[in-house]
Amino acid sequence: MKEMICILCPVGCHLTIDIENNYKVTGNSCPKGEVYGKEELIAPKRVVTSIIRVEGGIHHMVPVKTDKPIPKELIFDCMNLLKDIKIKSPRKVGDVILENILGTDSNIVLTRDI
Amino acid sequence: MKYDVVVIGGGPAGLASAKSAYENGAKKVLILERDKELGGILQQCIHNGFGLHKFKEELTGPEYAQRYVEMVKGYPIEIKLETMVLNISQDRVISMINPIDGYQEVQAGAVILAMGCRERTRGAIAIPGERPSGIFTAGAAQRYINMEGYMVGKKAVILGSGDIGLIMARRLTLEGAKVEAVVELMPFSGGLNRNIVQCLDDFGIPLLLSHTVVDIKGRDRLKKVVVAKVDENRKPIPGTEIEYDCDTLLLSVGLIPENDLSKEAGVNLDSRTNGPIVTDSMETSIPGVFACGNVVHVHDLVDFVSEEGERAGKFAACYVSAENCKLENVSNIKNGDGIVYTVPQMINLDNLQNKLEIFMRVNNVYKNKKIVVREGDNIIASFKRVHLAPGEMEKILLPEVLLKRISKDITIELQEVI
Repeated sequence: MKEMICILCPVGCHLTIDIENNYKVTGNSCPKGEVYGKEELIAPKRVVTSIIRVEGGIHHMVPVKTDKPIPKELIFDCMNLLKDIKIKSPRKVGDVILENILGTDSNIVLTRDI
Repeated sequence: MKYDVVVIGGGPAGLASAKSAYENGAKKVLILERDKELGGILQQCIHNGFGLHKFKEELTGPEYAQRYVEMVKGYPIEIKLETMVLNISQDRVISMINPIDGYQEVQAGAVILAMGCRERTRGAIAIPGERPSGIFTAGAAQRYINMEGYMVGKKAVILGSGDIGLIMARRLTLEGAKVEAVVELMPFSGGLNRNIVQCLDDFGIPLLLSHTVVDIKGRDRLKKVVVAKVDENRKPIPGTEIEYDCDTLLLSVGLIPENDLSKEAGVNLDSRTNGPIVTDSMETSIPGVFACGNVVHVHDLVDFVSEEGERAGKFAACYVSAENCKLENVSNIKNGDGIVYTVPQMINLDNLQNKLEIFMRVNNVYKNKKIVVREGDNIIASFKRVHLAPGEMEKILLPEVLLKRISKDITIELQEVI
């Protein structure tokens, strides 16, 4: 039995996961919690949000994110990829900056117009 | 110059209220924003988790802001950036200043206050010790890092475990700094559970509950922060001190609605929320002056700020066309056991809508309680809750049938589920 708090929405359901019983999830108030609870124990994933440099915008930095959650252990490798990138404005929200990062099938995309 | 509705503040509350005022018939709408772009504080909140209620998907702050900016720009709504509002008069003349128009006055049919809130600083909570550099509010550090591109330090302690403190613990860690601890005065965190998990637990950052900062050391730059355990009266316990070598202290110790303009205009404020006292139409004590978002009370989710903004915009437009928002037959909402405050604080019984949302905060962590609405001993409605916490704003919805049963003051309180 493993207890955890679901992080998918602000409700923060208190989940109980029965590892020996095929990762059966209880305590969730929606189907997303069931998927999360199982995945969190087998292969936890997170969306990474950060910033990259931009030239010619109204700020020095522009925010980015991974468009899909990536394995938790790759978070710092992902941050390393962003260190030396510099783009030129104007660019649009949703523009892909890096494709298929670290073989995760996730892309780095802009999260605002600049 | 004359406008139907003038909105002060171009953050999520202001954007939602301007859009809604226009959609509900206000022809000339103006947004006044102090910064060089719209979006407000959302632009520096680059993490995800916004919009789950409003858009049914998980957006980052800038993405959420951009959706509303685009909606507003889709209408002929006028926007003045880098504009500082200096004064609002009782008859709704707004004086302002910016680099293009210089000093200017405009007459508003209705005004919507949407100035948001401001962070409490070291001075506000009186932390003893020396006064070196390296002490930031969490939000200021967020703006430096995420928008301006400056890192604030290498080793940090964070005081306050509200959502901003937790988010910044993760943000500093991702950018290569070491966060020694998040220190919380109360015996529980003021932040959402999900943020404790994904901001602290993910990175092994300790959360010290019932602890506070008792000393700050360092002449020029911060060198040490001394933390101690507190007793049940929140007084530091001698002998429990822990010294952290660090160069940065982030303060995430609460937000206060930004009501300098409202006060000067003569708007009545609520000492519990520090925001204007409002009716169910988000109207303040000055007729024709409405308020929404964090200027009224500090929200934990922007989705509810947008909702409140939409309500304020709708009734501001209605005020301009009909002036039907008289305040003669009013029911006050009183706080009973367990409730810290409600918004709105008053219901206009002459102008009842088909439903009423009431936001509130509770004073402690509770399990299995019900939120009860009663007039005298007569229970009008009750809502079961499995989990209640001060950090999580509660919302109840009274439908028209129940609203019609109200004829005088009502009380909202927590009761045991039997």
